[in-house]
Amino acid sequence: MAVPETQSSKHSRRGASGALADKAFKGVAFFFASMVLVVLAAIIVMLFKDAWPTFQTFGLDFFVSAKWDVVNDQYGALIPIVGTLVTSLIAILIGIPVSFGIALFISVMAPVWLKRPVGIAVELLAAVPSIIYGMWGLFYFAPWFSENLQPLLTDTLGELPLIGQFFQGPPIGVSLFTAGFILAIMIIPFIASVMRDMFDVVPKDLKESAYAMGSTTWEVIWTVILPYTKVGVIGGIMLGLGRALGETMAVTFVVGNAQELMAGLFYPGSTIASTLANEFNEADGLHMSSLIALGLILFMITFVVLAISKWFLLRLGHAQEGRSA
Amino acid sequence: MTRYQRRKVLNAFNLTASIAVTLFGLVMLGWILTILFTKGFEHINWAVFTENTPPPGESGGLMNAIVGTLMLTVIAVLIGTPIGIMAGTYLAEYGGKSRFASAVRFINDILLSAPSIVVGVFVYTLLVSPVNHFSGWAGSVALAILVVPVIVRTTEDMLKLVPRQIREAAAALGAPRWKVTVHVVYKAALSGMMTGMILATARIMGETAPLLFTALNNNFWSTDMNRPIANMPVVIYQYALSPYSDWQDLAWAAALLITVSVLVMNIFARYGLKSGNQQKP
Amino acid sequence: MTQDSSTDQDLRRSEPSALSASESSHGLLEKRNYIRDVTNSKISLRDLSFYYGKFKALHDISMEIPDRKVTAFIGPSGCGKSTLLRVFNRMYDLYPGQRAEGDLILDGRNILGPGVDLNMLRARVGMVFQKPTPFPMSIYDNVAFGVRLYEKLRKSDLDDRIQWALQRAALWDEVKDKLKQSGGALSGGQQQRLCIARGIAVKPEVLLLDEPTSALDPISTSRIEELIYELKDDFTIAIVTHNMQQAARVSDYTAFMYLGELMEYDRTDVIFTNPDRKETEDYVTGRFG
Repeated sequence: MAVPETQSSKHSRRGASGALADKAFKGVAFFFASMVLVVLAAIIVMLFKDAWPTFQTFGLDFFVSAKWDVVNDQYGALIPIVGTLVTSLIAILIGIPVSFGIALFISVMAPVWLKRPVGIAVELLAAVPSIIYGMWGLFYFAPWFSENLQPLLTDTLGELPLIGQFFQGPPIGVSLFTAGFILAIMIIPFIASVMRDMFDVVPKDLKESAYAMGSTTWEVIWTVILPYTKVGVIGGIMLGLGRALGETMAVTFVVGNAQELMAGLFYPGSTIASTLANEFNEADGLHMSSLIALGLILFMITFVVLAISKWFLLRLGHAQEGRSA
Repeated sequence: MTRYQRRKVLNAFNLTASIAVTLFGLVMLGWILTILFTKGFEHINWAVFTENTPPPGESGGLMNAIVGTLMLTVIAVLIGTPIGIMAGTYLAEYGGKSRFASAVRFINDILLSAPSIVVGVFVYTLLVSPVNHFSGWAGSVALAILVVPVIVRTTEDMLKLVPRQIREAAAALGAPRWKVTVHVVYKAALSGMMTGMILATARIMGETAPLLFTALNNNFWSTDMNRPIANMPVVIYQYALSPYSDWQDLAWAAALLITVSVLVMNIFARYGLKSGNQQKP
Repeated sequence: MTQDSSTDQDLRRSEPSALSASESSHGLLEKRNYIRDVTNSKISLRDLSFYYGKFKALHDISMEIPDRKVTAFIGPSGCGKSTLLRVFNRMYDLYPGQRAEGDLILDGRNILGPGVDLNMLRARVGMVFQKPTPFPMSIYDNVAFGVRLYEKLRKSDLDDRIQWALQRAALWDEVKDKLKQSGGALSGGQQQRLCIARGIAVKPEVLLLDEPTSALDPISTSRIEELIYELKDDFTIAIVTHNMQQAARVSDYTAFMYLGELMEYDRTDVIFTNPDRKETEDYVTGRFG
């Protein structure tokens, strides 16, 4: 069989081989990659610019003042900041044990045929739009909560010294606690999925060694799996916290949107995100500037939390690379 | 109780608790979906798809909001996908472990979980406040900013799964780097990148917060992206919190439509696409 | 460097002028019975060294690879034989930190020098890898991929070329009815022949085979070995293999490498029956490696 064309034909190949196109392609890719950094910088710069009048007027008082008075044009961020932190803290306190249990169930305990459906269900929980949680929370969960769970908590935890005062409030359903509870459900899938990924990569030999010593399943979890994965687990929790801090719609529906600072968790309150959602479109002047300042504060808080989360998860990645090498 | 018995009881208790909290999660999902489906189906009829959002006290539908949401979403994905794919390509094919690439990866992962309402405020200061009116474009840009990190992440992950040997084989034929990437690597990673795109679409479709200050809402039929445009999430927000029962009913219908779309896209992206793309003999 | 080893270097260095038949009486070459048959060198290596970062993986290799013959590279794993092959088409350039020193002369041009168009180089020097690497596209498009990069052919010409390449790779009869099917759906041996077809469709001058049968079953292996034997009429072939029998069966010349050095290079029958060096003999007789 002969080559259909002469050998010399191959030297008259079509055109150059595209070194220029290569450079252009890489350049475009680089440009869009740098857009990620540009967007971050632009968010901070633009928000800071528009928030500047507020910082100028109120100075550091803005961060510690509990006065949010639209009529007299006086603004302080304390109530929304505290509301944001409190609701997220509740979400984390409920979310950690539940996520841990779900991750354990899927990763360690469930029979193979059950892993997938339960895993899918939990992922669906994360896919439901947050506004749906808001509607469900306002129309169904809040009334149920104020009639059933809230009296129960007030009668039990509310009787305790010191922390008892936190479990007081009117039986209206919308409250910081309700918001925190719904946030917990929303962030559970995120934390559980990180934890589950972590648990799945624990080497089989390690688990089996612990079982071989006569450990119970729980002891294997507590003494082998958890220490092995703790960096990643903390990263997952911080990721959930970051999500909870910035969540808007679900909270706006059920937090009550009151600019008051009350000791009880069952009183209505507000978060940064809910304040923005409620007031932004009617605001101007210093009010608008203060809302944008709130947005900047929220962005900074979540940035720090998410950066810590990412740092933990990266550390885990390095540690595992080191182990496998 | 002996020490051994105590250990066994602790074990049983904790494992039971694990099952219990899993059930708790499933019950919550079941509760939400049950209510959504019963309330939503009650109020879905032809008018929902053929009439525009009504004034209070009158009946109407969601046609303008459905069309608006589709426009906002499609345009956002069209803006965000190329940016995300190119950025993800840079990270996977050129960036390596350089400082720049590490920084982009780090920031991208933070933007992936950043509060969407802040993105709304940002786009407001960028595109709404300077021109003094809300617009569909601003809404799409805000959603696109949410799309980009998802696409960047999935693109990088999927391209990195393509074996090094495939790239070498294409390069060994004399293909320039960009042709290796576009004609061979992208093809190999196609189903994964599609998954990312669908997940990104699902994510922004139900997003409300970034639209409140950008696209806002529009009670009338409009497809003008330079003006406020009706969309499902904001309609749900405004109607659900309104005192009118007609509006609340429409909010439930809209909630069902949005949730079903989002869930179907999620399931399709995660489970349908993978098996559907297996190479057939 | 000791006096001994520098003599060794001199022995293996063979300038093109020393290769012509008229000068085959050159004393040193005569003594080592060294590549005296090489009258038309396709590739010349001069003091070629290779580095992975700071690690020197190849040490001052000099040799001549003859045109339209099969040259096999053998040696224990880690000896640098695959690394050497990847210098021939500068595949290492894809990775930062890897670099080659010395000269690698293809048809009189040093391809390690500046100004070399890598893509054009790779179009002239085809490569087939250890594991089959079908692209995620149809059989037809796989074979057409490289052709379309450098030639604008009419549909019928392209069809002819594809058929020629597939026939040459002994795959045509098996796939002629399913050219539109995915290349990934073929068996392992078929995939490897598809990769060979893809490699020769662009009509390279040199074909590099990097352990092309190590992932295949014995029947597929023997088919590809037959194929290599036929292909050398048209192509200069360099094959890396860890299988000594394979080297003995398919190659005209064999280079034995050890710890990044070229230990011995000669006609295949000499290497396997009457090698010069003890290490070579130990290796080919299975005493180590």
